[in-house]
Amino acid sequence: MSSAHTKTEHGHTDHNYLNHGSGIWSWMTTLDHKRIGLMYFATVSTLFLIGGFFALGIRLHLAKFGAEPLLDPDTYNKFMTFHGAIMVFMVIIPGIPAFLGNFVLPIQLGAKDVAFPRLNLASYYIFIAGAAIAASSMVFNQVDTGWTFYTPYSTAKTSNGVILLVLGAFTMGFSSILTGLNFIVTTHKLRAPGMTMDRIPLMIWALYSTSIIQILATPILAITLLLIGAEKTLGVGIFDPDLGGDPVLFQHFFWFYSHPAVYIMILPAMGVISELITAFSKKTIFGYRAIAYSSVAIAAVSFLVWGHHMFVSGQSTLAGIVFSIITMFVGVPTAIKLFNWISTMYRGTVTFEAPMLFALGFMFLFTIGGLTGVFLASTGMDVHFHDTYFVVAHFHYVMVGGTLMALMGGIFYWFPKMFGRMTSDLGGRISWVLIFTGFNVTFFPQFVLGAMGMPRRYFDYLPEYTNLNQISTVGSWLIGLGFLVGLITIIHGIFKGEKASDNPWGAKTLEWQTSSPPPHENFINTPTVTAGPYDFR
Amino acid sequence: MTSVSSSSEFQHQHHFKSAEHQYASSKQGIWLFLCTEILMFGGLFVGYLIYHSLYPTVFKNGSETLDWKMGAVNTVVLLVSSFTMAAAINYVQRGLHKIAAIMLALTIACAGAFMVIKYFEYSHKFHVGTVPGKFSLVDPTCGAGGKRAECESKISALLKNPAELEKNHVNAEEVARLKAVISQPKWEMFYGFYFVMTGLHGIHVVAGALLIFWIFIKTLRRKVGPEYYTPVEGVGLFWHVVDLVWIYLFPLLYLVG
Ligand code: HEM
Ligand SMILES: [Cu+2]
Repeated sequence: MSSAHTKTEHGHTDHNYLNHGSGIWSWMTTLDHKRIGLMYFATVSTLFLIGGFFALGIRLHLAKFGAEPLLDPDTYNKFMTFHGAIMVFMVIIPGIPAFLGNFVLPIQLGAKDVAFPRLNLASYYIFIAGAAIAASSMVFNQVDTGWTFYTPYSTAKTSNGVILLVLGAFTMGFSSILTGLNFIVTTHKLRAPGMTMDRIPLMIWALYSTSIIQILATPILAITLLLIGAEKTLGVGIFDPDLGGDPVLFQHFFWFYSHPAVYIMILPAMGVISELITAFSKKTIFGYRAIAYSSVAIAAVSFLVWGHHMFVSGQSTLAGIVFSIITMFVGVPTAIKLFNWISTMYRGTVTFEAPMLFALGFMFLFTIGGLTGVFLASTGMDVHFHDTYFVVAHFHYVMVGGTLMALMGGIFYWFPKMFGRMTSDLGGRISWVLIFTGFNVTFFPQFVLGAMGMPRRYFDYLPEYTNLNQISTVGSWLIGLGFLVGLITIIHGIFKGEKASDNPWGAKTLEWQTSSPPPHENFINTPTVTAGPYDFR
Repeated sequence: MTSVSSSSEFQHQHHFKSAEHQYASSKQGIWLFLCTEILMFGGLFVGYLIYHSLYPTVFKNGSETLDWKMGAVNTVVLLVSSFTMAAAINYVQRGLHKIAAIMLALTIACAGAFMVIKYFEYSHKFHVGTVPGKFSLVDPTCGAGGKRAECESKISALLKNPAELEKNHVNAEEVARLKAVISQPKWEMFYGFYFVMTGLHGIHVVAGALLIFWIFIKTLRRKVGPEYYTPVEGVGLFWHVVDLVWIYLFPLLYLVG
């Protein structure tokens, strides 16, 4: 797509961003977006392991293999809270944008860095500070509210640990806002010559839409969390009904952020998938504009549907109906994307390396997650499914099956660019098989459990739910094993992987036009763009 | 407004084409950040409007116990500070560092004056006991929980004690207003909003003053000038937003009954 004068002869230059400055200190003070991306990678992976530990703990408890319950009810609630809060605020939300986005966005635009490199590093440390504050609640005063902090339980009843967790989430939200702001300005201002807005890769469109959500939704979460803090410390009764407040207002505020937040989690994933599908189909993407604008459309609609979390909160029937209908609209841009991906593969030269497997896994699992979302968006059915395991299965299909699949695919796809080495394709495929199978074994039974009426967030259940729960637990070990294999494959790749060429997948976007790993400033000469991003045939 | 001239003195960062390019990008970033600030206060305003419509009398009586004169003085103080800030930007752009520094110092002084006046307002509320939630009526056991009746009799008792009132600058008129407030159920709601909104705004005033101090130093050291004044302008925009928020807070809290 661009003039090739940025290519080097031998696949990599001796001087690249990884050896541009050495020692821990040069990493900790780096302003290079690629290094900052990798720092997020390390951080988020660590947090993912901690969150996963809690997940396996919950599941092990719910399998009831032993005569004695593994966890007491109080500990169970705390496990569930930390699992949810870590996975949402510290893994899935920063995962793709802050890690993969930071790494690829400037290169894909042909820029030397993000617009505000210093702010980028600051957001990383703000994130670390937020995670540390939140984690300190594990030590000082554990929280058992669930990651949603529903009032009045969180404000009037439970321990003051909530203040720490909420303050941590607030701080991480600040980091999220700054990253989003940085991406928007970078996309507007730092595109290479010839890179018009209808030539930016679809990954950028996805990150751009995500950034808009981050900027518009996160401040509402910020003020909501501050109000919880104010209720706990000062006792202002804005959400506490004993003092005249309204707990349902909290839910409105909370979901006004947290519904759009699910698109902060999924839109970047869709961006990754668009890249993977074209690269491994060796074909121009079908319907570039439709995919690009559908990202923006999803971002826009995401702000109008928060009420679907509150069908049983006593909101008016009219509100229920309106939120239900608008929610279904989200299906349209989502389906557009899915059909375009499938059309892209149709008659393409499709190969099935590990990243592509993860992309297909995404499409399969996300479709199930999305379709069951339509069930939940129907007010009548939601009354039945609300707060059952059906919901748990639904959001895991979307968040884990969707976002995490894309994240894994993205890691294996961009790995050669990041480290100049290949991962073992076999390792990646084994990891995929384990995660994909384990995932369905874990979460499909939960749809059934939910339909049978097993409530979520409960410490115990009726005997008729036992078998399915045990199947689910076995599945969770498979997932754990799958991620372990993935981790080993990645670590092996970093140290022992074969040398990668500049463009091992034969992809067309700009990041593949520079060396692997790229030089400190991404390109030796700023590339000039003359065509769209997926100019295969 | 003058535009930036890319003089050889100022080196733009390596990933920008020119100083203009860097300036335009920074400005966009600052505006986006200010949007998030306004949205955050927006959440509070929405909450305020909802409860105002739920408990109109509480909010009416509550706002009558605020000292609108102090609020008005503070409004003027902030407006003046916005003016001196704008002037400072202008002088920096024209390379008049000395007068620019004076203007910045005046802005910081205004921020200080604002906080001092707020301090008097706050401390008066602490004396008469119209404080948020848990701390209502000075006694920490008051407010939340089942001790309302006890607390209300306590504030009534306080209001009947002329010596105590004299000490706290409470006159007969204010006694009447306070009585009107505490005769309403959920009266703490108003003060909850009052303290959270003005408190968050106050934090922004302090943060703004610190930022202005930072560019004050920059101005003295001539790190900013006609060829580079992005931080001055950015901090200035932030300060105007802080001012703007107050322009909405003042009528909502003090005047709208
Ligand atoms: C090995 C994989 C995982 C397993 C076995 C697992 C299992 C569970 C279980 C059993 C619950 C409790 C459900 C309830 O009672 O409501 C739960 C909740 C939750 N999980 Fe996972 N999970 C896994 C991975 C993830 C990931 C990767 C995410 C991140 C996106 C995630 C996000 C959540 C959230 C947000 C909750 C809700 C917590 C709450 O209700 O406060 N999970 N998970
Ligand atoms: Cu939602």
